[in-house]
Amino acid sequence: MIALILRDIRLGVRSGGSGLIGVLFFLSVVAVTPFAIGPNLNLLAQIGPAILWIGALLASLLGLDRLFQIDLEDGSLDVLVLARHDQPLALTVFAKCVAHWLITGLPLVIAAPLFGILLNMPLEATAATTATLLVGTPAITFIGAMGASVTATLPRGGLLVSVIVLPFVIPVLIFGVQAALGATVAGTPFLQPFLFLSAMTLFFSVLGPLAASFALRQLEG
Amino acid sequence: MSEAISAPHKPTGLTALANPTRFMALSAKIMPWLWTLAALLIGVGLVWAWNAPEDYQQGITVRIMYVHVPSAWMAMFVYMVMAVSALGVLIWRHPLADVSIRAAVPLGAAFTLICLVTGSLWGRPMWGTWWVWDARLTSVFVLFLMYLGIFALQRAMDDPVKAARPAAILVLVGVINIPIIRFSVDWWNTLHQPASVIRLDGPTIHPTMLWPLLICGVGFTVLFFAMHMLGMRNEIRQRRIEGMRRAGAREKTAQPMRVVVDEGGAS
Amino acid sequence: MSHMAFVLLSYGVAASILGGLIAWLWLSARATSAELSRLEAQGVKRRSEA
Repeated sequence: MIALILRDIRLGVRSGGSGLIGVLFFLSVVAVTPFAIGPNLNLLAQIGPAILWIGALLASLLGLDRLFQIDLEDGSLDVLVLARHDQPLALTVFAKCVAHWLITGLPLVIAAPLFGILLNMPLEATAATTATLLVGTPAITFIGAMGASVTATLPRGGLLVSVIVLPFVIPVLIFGVQAALGATVAGTPFLQPFLFLSAMTLFFSVLGPLAASFALRQLEG
Repeated sequence: MSEAISAPHKPTGLTALANPTRFMALSAKIMPWLWTLAALLIGVGLVWAWNAPEDYQQGITVRIMYVHVPSAWMAMFVYMVMAVSALGVLIWRHPLADVSIRAAVPLGAAFTLICLVTGSLWGRPMWGTWWVWDARLTSVFVLFLMYLGIFALQRAMDDPVKAARPAAILVLVGVINIPIIRFSVDWWNTLHQPASVIRLDGPTIHPTMLWPLLICGVGFTVLFFAMHMLGMRNEIRQRRIEGMRRAGAREKTAQPMRVVVDEGGAS
Repeated sequence: MSHMAFVLLSYGVAASILGGLIAWLWLSARATSAELSRLEAQGVKRRSEA
């Protein structure tokens, strides 16, 4: 499994750095927000966590079709699926998700505090938002695995993956922003939504790879 | 590859319907009854609803309940029908299971849309707002998005047989939303009112309102089954048409000499 | 808008959506049946004649 993770990381970094594109898209969302909303610094600080979450979410969604694409193109996806007699396919998918998150999700988490400055967010808000992103972006990857697997063979699967995954990712977004706001807005809790968010990540870490392995097996025909 | 239409080995229960031709024959007989029953139930239900007493607090707007609540029930019920059909696709490999899902998706989306719109129209005079992002409304909205996603996925692939299993998996993964919708009003502090019909302690609605509501609910259910059956028949016919066109094209390429007068036919 | 207007609008929306669905289903039924009869009249055979 470790070998698979390392291989995927090497492949992902080599082939066009989807992590960088994700961060650039994240930056675009964060950068246009002040132009759209106006330079009201207080307002920006207030909605800062939400904007960071939206940017990170969209950037993650865009990167999802890369999850299986490289392997599909060179045929190694079939090899991985066939190898399920040695190692459960769900574990294989889990490993791919871990690698994918390290390449696309983690850069977003690292970039978040820097972008928080652009939105005039106070330190506690930035810290809380980064923490929620750290816990929540893996959930997006895991449930995205399900979406990517059912659309793996489609020509324009990338767009469809976002549409499919969106309903599942909405609760993650809700709790992520709630937790982030809980750290700054008086009277709203931080721990409860944060725990919910963590629970969701754990839940999807099981459901996503399981569903994806099931879907990938169907590709065998 | 040709798992789409196959003859059953044991002709009992659902496997008896596995043969599309038998399904077409049976459904042709049953469907008129379903439509009639649906019209009857909904007609009676609506008349009774309009004669039911106005709500003490809400006045006449409570009458929206008689469309809003049944459509909400249907939104979830249709999804459960799709979930069972999805099991049929993946586990039992029932040939008509995928046809069932395909026919059900637009119906479920429509009921969800009716639920959302009538709910919004009820919320405006009642709560003073067209929409609020509380747990119940958000989860029903998410359900609507799921219907659209399944719809998109099924039609993204040209061959419906290939699309069957991915779509079934998507349906089953989304089932977790249904209990969330159901219990959202209990688990969270929502603007939407808590459950008042299907509760452990029994319904809290007065019988004079409960009965027309239930009749409308059953009427909507029968209506769904009638529309579902019609949709399945359409889908089966459509697949036959496509099969025949492909066979016709193959015939023509195999025997080029016979392609004389064709009147711009199967192309 | 009066309360009655909201009620009528709700029933109207429900009726339109359901009516539209039924109409679409009915029209599809007619179209597919007609196409099937046309193809059968042309003598095109189905893959499996069950």
